[in-house]
Amino acid sequence: MSDADPAPASGATSAASAAVTGDAAGADAARGNRGGIQLINVTKRYPGQSVPAVDDVTMTVPSGEIVVLLGPSGSGKTTMMRLINRLIEPTSGKIIVAGQDALGLNPVELRRHIGYVIQNAGLFPHMTVATNIGLVPQMLKWDKDRIAARVDELLELVDLDPATFRGRYPRELSGGQQQRVGVARALAADPPAMLMDEPFGAVDPITREHLQDSLLRLQEELGKTIVFVTHDIDEALKLGDRIAILDKGSRIAQYATPQEILLHPADDYVEQFIGGGQAMRLLKFSRVADVPLQQVPEARPEDDAAAVRDRIAAGSTAFAIVLDERRRPVRWIHPEDLDGVTGPIGTRGMPTATPIRARNTLQQALESLIQIDHETVPVVGPRGVYRGTVTLATLQNAIRDMKERTRARRRGADAT
Amino acid sequence: MSAPPRGTAAGIDPAAPGAEDAVIPPTVALHAPTGRSWRAFLEPLAVLLIGAAWMLYVENSDLDSIEERSLKPDYVWQKTWEHIELTVVSTVVVLAIAIPLGILLSRVWARPATPFVLAVANIGQSAPAIGVVVLLAVIFGIGFWTTVVALVAYGVLPALRNTMVGLQQVDPTLIDAGRGIGMSPAMVLARVELPLATPVILAGIRTTLVLMVGTASIASFISGGGLGDLITTGVSTQRNPVLLTGCVLIALLALLIDWLGGMATRLLAPKGL
Repeated sequence: MSDADPAPASGATSAASAAVTGDAAGADAARGNRGGIQLINVTKRYPGQSVPAVDDVTMTVPSGEIVVLLGPSGSGKTTMMRLINRLIEPTSGKIIVAGQDALGLNPVELRRHIGYVIQNAGLFPHMTVATNIGLVPQMLKWDKDRIAARVDELLELVDLDPATFRGRYPRELSGGQQQRVGVARALAADPPAMLMDEPFGAVDPITREHLQDSLLRLQEELGKTIVFVTHDIDEALKLGDRIAILDKGSRIAQYATPQEILLHPADDYVEQFIGGGQAMRLLKFSRVADVPLQQVPEARPEDDAAAVRDRIAAGSTAFAIVLDERRRPVRWIHPEDLDGVTGPIGTRGMPTATPIRARNTLQQALESLIQIDHETVPVVGPRGVYRGTVTLATLQNAIRDMKERTRARRRGADAT
Repeated sequence: MSAPPRGTAAGIDPAAPGAEDAVIPPTVALHAPTGRSWRAFLEPLAVLLIGAAWMLYVENSDLDSIEERSLKPDYVWQKTWEHIELTVVSTVVVLAIAIPLGILLSRVWARPATPFVLAVANIGQSAPAIGVVVLLAVIFGIGFWTTVVALVAYGVLPALRNTMVGLQQVDPTLIDAGRGIGMSPAMVLARVELPLATPVILAGIRTTLVLMVGTASIASFISGGGLGDLITTGVSTQRNPVLLTGCVLIALLALLIDWLGGMATRLLAPKGL
């Protein structure tokens, strides 16, 4: 597959996209390329305009991944997406969707097999929710019962109660609910690929978070190939398996995973576009579980005070953590607390702050660390079981390590 | 699944009864009679009552022989019926021309032709109807169909304009959504554009109907029949009861037809808008 990809022209792009198409091809082979999308040397030139809207773009969207096209307005990201389902016809180039040459198919037929979600959902106001969702199956000549069953199934899938919502008209729904129905409509005929054009751009931030989480959950279940257009960098980082950052004329400035983009912007343009605060964004998209935790001496309430004192003296920290019988953190204990104590330590010491969960983001961890007076916060896994502790220094080290590792990897990639 | 709580949070009561009840809250129904409310029938009832009362009054007042001949119930009814025929036939012809033409002109490839077609329609509208009807009579001779041609020339513009405006005001993102999910251009027109343009197109039909009722009076100048005959008779013989009867009946007919148009607009407009 990778030998079918001609090397892209521009210098900065070639390093990034060559690396990406390499492992993308591997992922595709593993999945049998069910729904992957390829653009090969695609150009779109509007008559009367000297500069092409999309200039010789080559890009592979691996099957089952969410690829985000990210760029400022005018970067041609929507144009690029609309080329895939031929709402815009390319001037030249080749487009392959799910192993088929898209330009060789009837465009109307092609679009019925690619889900399409737009801003504000684009639901038809004169049709009920059920009719809206059932449109594509109806065009594909499914029988009535099958469509009705599919509509209910999809409403369940997007967390809307079928009995309540199937008979409603779009204007009786909130913006978020409309967008859920929009996603259900796109999924109706179970297409291998979906195009989403700023679908969550017009809903309030809280609803947007909900919708993004739902999309990620759906994607875990369905594994569609999704091309997602947005200008919101945080949305891109949250949803994208890969992100293509576009410059004018749809030049792909960088095509890489979110971490790679944050840690190693390919050029000044990317750096400027993602703006400052990369470290803050890293905190937002990395989990506590990925960070090496600091271990402190452990103690149980029935342990002997002298033994605990020895353990603290032997450890690198000036205190120990007291765990209950199910290994949940309860208290910190310092040697001063044990002055003159003999026998079990019992309930001496200071209660710990609310523990941080291992699947929380580093940002959430940082927030707890700032809010409490204690310097250290325990980290717990499933069922509240103690895993280690985290401090501001731990987070700092983690970020430094991430940078080191990517830098090392990049050096290795450049050398070969 | 967790849908119901989210629905509540968004301000929509999941226990709300039928969708239709939610579309038209009862307080609104009080002020805007729907097809299902008896209040909607107050207007036509009043119109019919006033018409009947006027006829009773006129028939029972002192009439001379000319007046009596012109105001015989059979004769008045015949003229009224002719008037309705003129109105309905010319409206149907107007719609048969204006709606397909409006659809055609709203297609992207036909946009350049729009100014020319509108200019022609404008001429029909702006030329005085009475002049047009006389000119046409000179060309085609007098009678019912010549009147229809004149009325059509006069009435095409509002219906055409409304069809075009109705189609133009359809949210382009909905057309894009239709194409994007795989509708053919014909399906986009039939299932998205036309239904969404229906309210505006219907309003155009209503305007045309009312326009036709009033203008159909000129038919009497070229023996096209209709209530205009009462008016011309009344004027030429200086018989006010005859003149007034013609005017009152045309006005009442216009109100009645406007009401019918209003009902059609309410009942035929797609739900959910």
